[in-house]
This record gives sequence, structure tokens and C-alpha cells, in this order.
Amino acid sequence: MSEERGSSAQTEEDEDLFVSAMESPEAARLSAEDLSPSSNGPRDDDPDDLFAEATEEVSLDSPERQPILSDGPSPAITPVSISPRVDVFDRSPDLDEEEEENRDTFDIQISVSDPEKVGDGMNAFMVYKVTTKTSLSIFSRDEVCVKRRFSDFLGLHSKLASKYMHMGFIVPPAPEKSIVGMTKVKVGKEDLSSVEFVEKRRSALERYLLRTVKHPALLKDPDVLQFLESSELPRAVSTQALSGAGILRMVNKAADAVNKMTIKMNESDAWFEEKQQQFENLDVQLRKLHVSVESLVCHRKELSVNTALFAKSAAMLGNSEDHTALSRALSQLAEVEEKIEQLHQEQANADFYLISELLGDYVRLITAVRGVFDQRMKTWGKWQDAQLMLQRKREAEAKLQYASKPEKLQQARDEIREWEGKVQHGERDFEQISRNIRREVGQFEKERVKDFRVVIMKYLESLVHSQQQLIKYWEAFLPEAKAIA
Amino acid sequence: MTSISEDSDKEKVRSVSVDLNNDASLIIDIPDALCERDKVKFTIHVKTTISSFQKPAFSVPRQHEDFIWLHDTIVETEEYAGLIIPPAPPKPDFEGPREKMHKLGEGESSMTKEEYAKMKQELEAEYLAVFKKTVQVHEVFLQRLSSHPIFRKDRNFQIFLEYDQDLSVRRKNAKEMFGGFFKNMVKSADEVLISGVKEVDEFFEQEKTFLLDYSSKIKDATAKAEKMTRSHKNVADDYNHISGALNHTAADNNTAFKKHLEKSAEVFEKLRKLEDRVASDQELKLTELLRYYTRDIQAAKDLLYRRARALADYENSNKALDKARLKGKDIAQAEENQKKSLQKFDKLSESGKKELTSFKARRVVAFRKNLIEMTELEIKHAKNSMSLLQGTIEILNSN
Repeated sequence: MSEERGSSAQTEEDEDLFVSAMESPEAARLSAEDLSPSSNGPRDDDPDDLFAEATEEVSLDSPERQPILSDGPSPAITPVSISPRVDVFDRSPDLDEEEEENRDTFDIQISVSDPEKVGDGMNAFMVYKVTTKTSLSIFSRDEVCVKRRFSDFLGLHSKLASKYMHMGFIVPPAPEKSIVGMTKVKVGKEDLSSVEFVEKRRSALERYLLRTVKHPALLKDPDVLQFLESSELPRAVSTQALSGAGILRMVNKAADAVNKMTIKMNESDAWFEEKQQQFENLDVQLRKLHVSVESLVCHRKELSVNTALFAKSAAMLGNSEDHTALSRALSQLAEVEEKIEQLHQEQANADFYLISELLGDYVRLITAVRGVFDQRMKTWGKWQDAQLMLQRKREAEAKLQYASKPEKLQQARDEIREWEGKVQHGERDFEQISRNIRREVGQFEKERVKDFRVVIMKYLESLVHSQQQLIKYWEAFLPEAKAIA
Repeated sequence: MTSISEDSDKEKVRSVSVDLNNDASLIIDIPDALCERDKVKFTIHVKTTISSFQKPAFSVPRQHEDFIWLHDTIVETEEYAGLIIPPAPPKPDFEGPREKMHKLGEGESSMTKEEYAKMKQELEAEYLAVFKKTVQVHEVFLQRLSSHPIFRKDRNFQIFLEYDQDLSVRRKNAKEMFGGFFKNMVKSADEVLISGVKEVDEFFEQEKTFLLDYSSKIKDATAKAEKMTRSHKNVADDYNHISGALNHTAADNNTAFKKHLEKSAEVFEKLRKLEDRVASDQELKLTELLRYYTRDIQAAKDLLYRRARALADYENSNKALDKARLKGKDIAQAEENQKKSLQKFDKLSESGKKELTSFKARRVVAFRKNLIEMTELEIKHAKNSMSLLQGTIEILNSN
């Protein structure tokens, strides 16, 4: 399995699906083969390693493993100080008051801007400027500008997902890939739809980063810091698998794998059952709402187009009209309608960027939340399996008591101790992830309510603005209509 | 079965042609109408001081087909060739609401009670809107006739108004007699004939150029206005769905946010109503206006056509006279024909000029009235929207 590991036998079983080594992005490679559903059953040749197929190489040096393993060797890798992150993991269910506050009043501004096309033809790509302004001490400067491309964002997300999801942290999903959209941009079409596509993506990337740094653990993560600060970033490879959709696919496969092993979890905690149901409902509701809003955006754009067409037609009618005053009024009407068309277009943008995109983000976030619940189930499964194995070992030992094979007996006793340790770990992991999820979900709910409140308010204000403009335009036209004589 | 009585709405509804009931000697309106499946029964109400009518005030029920019969007989009447014949009202079109009713029936099982009630409400509103439109357009037709010095004396018009029994027998007879032949003839060749005429008269030359161009422009404007209105209605529909979806989401949330979501759902519901009103007012004032005048412009073109025919006939009769003089045969007959054709042509030209001049005046007045009313309504709705939105923002802020 792993090449670099300590002597402790406990490090052998590293069955987490999502793991990465800090130093090398390459190790974060989670190819699809690792997760093929066909081979998820326990293999005979390695009974200890229930998740052999789904294993990734792990380096014991990853510092985040430290709190989970009681006697691991101390890590010594990255220059970034480890202590703040260890704090985050190793704690009681209630987050420090201070940490909670910091979440709400944290001082960091991130903007994604200035999309630039680099290269030509099918190898071209867009580069975005990421500007971070902050007074937080973990950053080396007050203001940093770096250039990043889309696959860099995906790479960041994949690293974060593989590090934190299995612990129950809700890692914000990265924006979706879009082959059609990007192809148009690459091919060099400077038309409206490509411009819109790039703007849509820029906005999505910005929201993604803002959400990511809102999470105190993620904010301090070295990969995030590196992403925001360092001028050179090693290229993320195999981003096909690492896109948001890819991660979600893996999460779903994990869930399937768990289900396939017929884990019937005895849910002792009603809170989790309730929450899971709640999120299932919310998923359905938000999708429905999203569909309605998308329809609104589409129809409002149509309204804008049709208003423009009418304006042109009214202008032609005005030209044709031989009564002078009426002709003038019709031309004025055409002008008003042109202004209104612009208004509709702006409103459609507000519909889209304020509400539709937010809903889309939340639909993806909820999938991530549900994934985290599935992780918990998986963790429980591992714990149960460890318990089963322990029982088997005990039974085997009992049998060996009557056979005169002292070496085998000793081995059996050793194995029992080993599995007792694993059961302990399993239980601890399960409790840990349960704690983390409770905290994460609580925070998520708070943010969600806040986000929606803010967005609804902004949206209503945009509608007010539209109506104000409408009043202005029509009030200017009224005397023109009255002037027809 | 739906019926409306529109006393309060009369002023608003009767907007396409103005002041048609200003002559108190013959006042016509349609106060009531009944919709029975596919047929609409209009109740025509007449108040008159003209002695040729049997009673000073009376009502009759009439169907759409009766209006068409009346229009056709007037078109076929030779004497009226020099007049702009008021366009026939279009057939009542309940296709839209009927489709919606169908959808409602199909989707009933998949909707909540509130959604169903809401859709039903919308459906009724749409039905009412179509209803109003069709009543208005039938009413205006009759009023155009009653306010015209010549048409009001038409015998068939009087029969239409007074005959206290079913007109369907007469309708059938008329169809057999004319078979719509003349009408078809007029429609097919008018553009060509009109533009081919060598016009000596400056007035008619101008009118011809104007009408040919205007007719295509106004047709286009009508179509574009229709599309615009439909988009408005779609937006209103979306607000409706969003409101429903917000209510659904509100059901599952904690109390403070639940109220927030419910308030938002409410605002969208109200916005929908406002947007619907904007759409239907725009339709009534703008789209209907354009539709009506598209038809009226066609009627004016028909007049030009008839005059052009008369001119062609006159020119032919001249040629025939020359030929007869050459041959020395039937000269008197030819002279008679020529005189008659000239008379007809002159009569058409004279009355045509009057008609076209008053037509322009009528058009300008109608456009003015409707544009003003539409603008005032747009302002009103926008102000209502704004105060609704601002009120909601205040409430949500204070939470």
C-alpha cells in the first residue's frame, strides 16, 4: 500500500476513500477505477482490508491524520503552522465562541475579475484574476493578486473534498464544467452568448471562493492559502474526475457502495434522521423553485426581445403615419418601448444572478450536505465491521484454546488486540463525524437563512428600481400622447 | 355559462372607437352577453327616438353569425360602394381559456388545493378578458353603423335591431344568394388594382400611397404587440409558480425564516396579479386598438378598390363608346353606359373623399384616447407595484 509510513501496524488500514498527501497534488489523483462499483465487495485475499479497491495511497505524514491516530509519528512537512488546524479538529461539539464569532465577522474580501483568453483554438483557456484583501494574520500580505484558470479551482476543490469530506465537513462544490460554453469561447466567438458565459462563470467562481473561505477550517487550509497567494500553482491534473460533478459522482458511488453492503444503520440519534429527511425535502423544493426562476429568466428575456421588436414596428408605423402629431407620438412611443426593453433585460439579469444562480448553488450544496451524511453512514459501517471482525477473532481465539498451537494462539491474541484498537477508532471516528456534522449543519442552516434573506431583499429592491424607471418613462410619454391634436 | 354586465366598465371598454353614441336619436349598446359552450349570445339594447322603429326602447338577443350576415349584406349593397364599411367583428375566440381549462382538468390530481384554486381564478379572469374584448368589438360595429348618417337608415340594420325572432332563416337565404362571391373578389386583387390606377386626383394619390404602406405596417405592429403581451402573461405565470414554490419551501422551515418566505410568496402572488393587469390593459388599449385599425384600414382599402374598379369600368365604357361610334352601332347604349359609369365613379370619389377624411380624424382621436389611457394605466400599475414592494421590504427589514 503506502510507501512512506511509520512502523505502527495501526497505519496499515487506511481505508478512507478520500485522502491526499500534502506535498504532491499528484497523490490526490482519484481515478475512476478506484471506485468501480463492480468490485466493492470484500475480497478474499485481504480480509482485513474491506475497502481495498477504494483505497488511495496515503501518506502518514498528512498532518490531519494526527488527531485521529493516537500514536502516529509526528508529521513534519509543510511550513504552514499546523496548530490552528489541529484545534479545529480536536474539539468538543460546541465550537469555540470566538471561532463562531469569527465566522460571522471575518475580514476577507475576494474578487474574481478580468477574464483573459490565453492561447488559441482548442488549447485556449480563460485566466481569471483572483484578488484577496484581508487583515487576517494567516495571510502573508494585506492584498494579493494571482492569476488562476478554471481547472485550478477544480483542483482546489478536489483537494479540499478529499481532505475534509470524510470527516463530515461540508465542502462547497466547485462550479460545473461546461464543454459547450467553453468551446464557443475557445473557438473565438465574441458573441453575446460567450460573453454571458464567461461572466456567469466568473461570478460562479467568485461565489465559490467566498463560500469556501467562510468555513474556518478551509480558510486556514494550506491549499486554500496557496491558491489565493502563491503566484505559481502546480497544474491540477485529471480535472475531469475532479470537477464538481465528478466529486458528486464519487460521493454517490460511495453511497451506493455502502448500500450494497446492506448496512442498515440503527439510527440512535433522531436528530440525524430528522435532518436527513429535511434535506431531502429541501432538495426537492429548491429544485422546483430553481426551475420556476429559470423559466422567469427565460420569459423575461423573451419579453425584452419582443418589446424591442414592437418598438421597431411602432417606429415604422410612426414613419408611415401621415398625421403629423400622431406620427410624432408613435415615434415617441417607440423610444419609450426601447428604454423599457433595456429595463427588462436588466431585470432578467437580476433574476438570474441574484436568484437563479443562488438557487443553483444551493442545490449543489445540498447534494454535498447529503454526501456528508452518507459519509457518516459509511463510518458507522466501518465501525460495525470492525466489531464483527473482533468478534470473529475472539471466536477464533476461543477455538484455538483447545488446539495445541501456541504460536497461533499468540497470533490470535495479537489480532484481538489489534481489532480492539480498530473498534475503538471506529467508534471514535463515528462520534467525531457525528459531532462535526451537527456543527456543520447548524452553521449551514444559519448561512442559508442569511443568504436567502439578503438575496430576497436585493431582488425586491431591483424590482422597485425597475418600477421606478417605468413610472419615469411613462410619465414622460404622457404629455406626448396628450399633445396629439 | 358565463355572463357579464358591464355598466361600470362601459367607459373603459368602449375605447376603440370614440364617441359613437353621441347622437341621442339612436343609442345602441350591449349590456349583457351569455356564453353557452361555443356560442355567445349578445343582448342588444336599443334606445331610439326614430319613428320608423316600433318601440322607443327594446332588446334583442343576437349571435355572432347575425352580425356577419348584417355586415355581408351591407358589403353587397351597391349603394354603399363609396363608403367605408365598418369591419366585421371577429369570431369570439375562447381557445386560450379553453386550453387552460383543459390543462386544469388534467393537472388537477398533481396540484395542491391552493394551486388549483389559484389556477381556477386565473382561468376565470382570462375568460372574462376574452369576453370583454368580444363584446366590445361587436358593440363598436353596431355603433359605427348607428352613428353613420347613411348606414343607420339601412333596412337590414333595422331588421337586425328589431326583428324579434331568430335571424338564422334570413342568414341562410342571404348565403344562397350571394355565396360570398363578391367578398372574395374584393380581397384577392385589391392591392394590384389599386396601385395600377393612374391617379389624377392628388388626394386619392396620397391616400393610396398612405393606405398601402400603413396597412402592412399596422399589421406588423399588431403582431408584435400581441407577442409582447403574451410575454408579459408568461412572466405573470412564472411569478405564480414561484409564489407556490416559495410557499412549499416555507412549510418546512423554522419560524422566523418561514414568515420571511411566506411574505415573499405573498409578494410574488400580488406581483403576478399586477403583471396580469398590465398585460391585459396593454392588450385592451394597445393591441386591440391596432387590431381594430388594421381591419379598418382594410375597409378603407376596399373603398379605394371599389373606386378603382369604377374607374376601370368608366375607362372601359369610354373605349366601348369609341368603338360603337366607329362601328356606328349601339351608340346611344354606349353613351348611356359611359354616362352611368362616370356618374358612379364621381359619386364614389365624392363620398370616398368624405369618408377617408373622417376616417383619418376618427383614427387620430382613437389613437390619442387609447395611448393616453394606456399610459395612465401603466403609471398606475407601476405605482401600485412600487408601493407593494416597498411595503414588503419594510416588513421584511423589521423582522
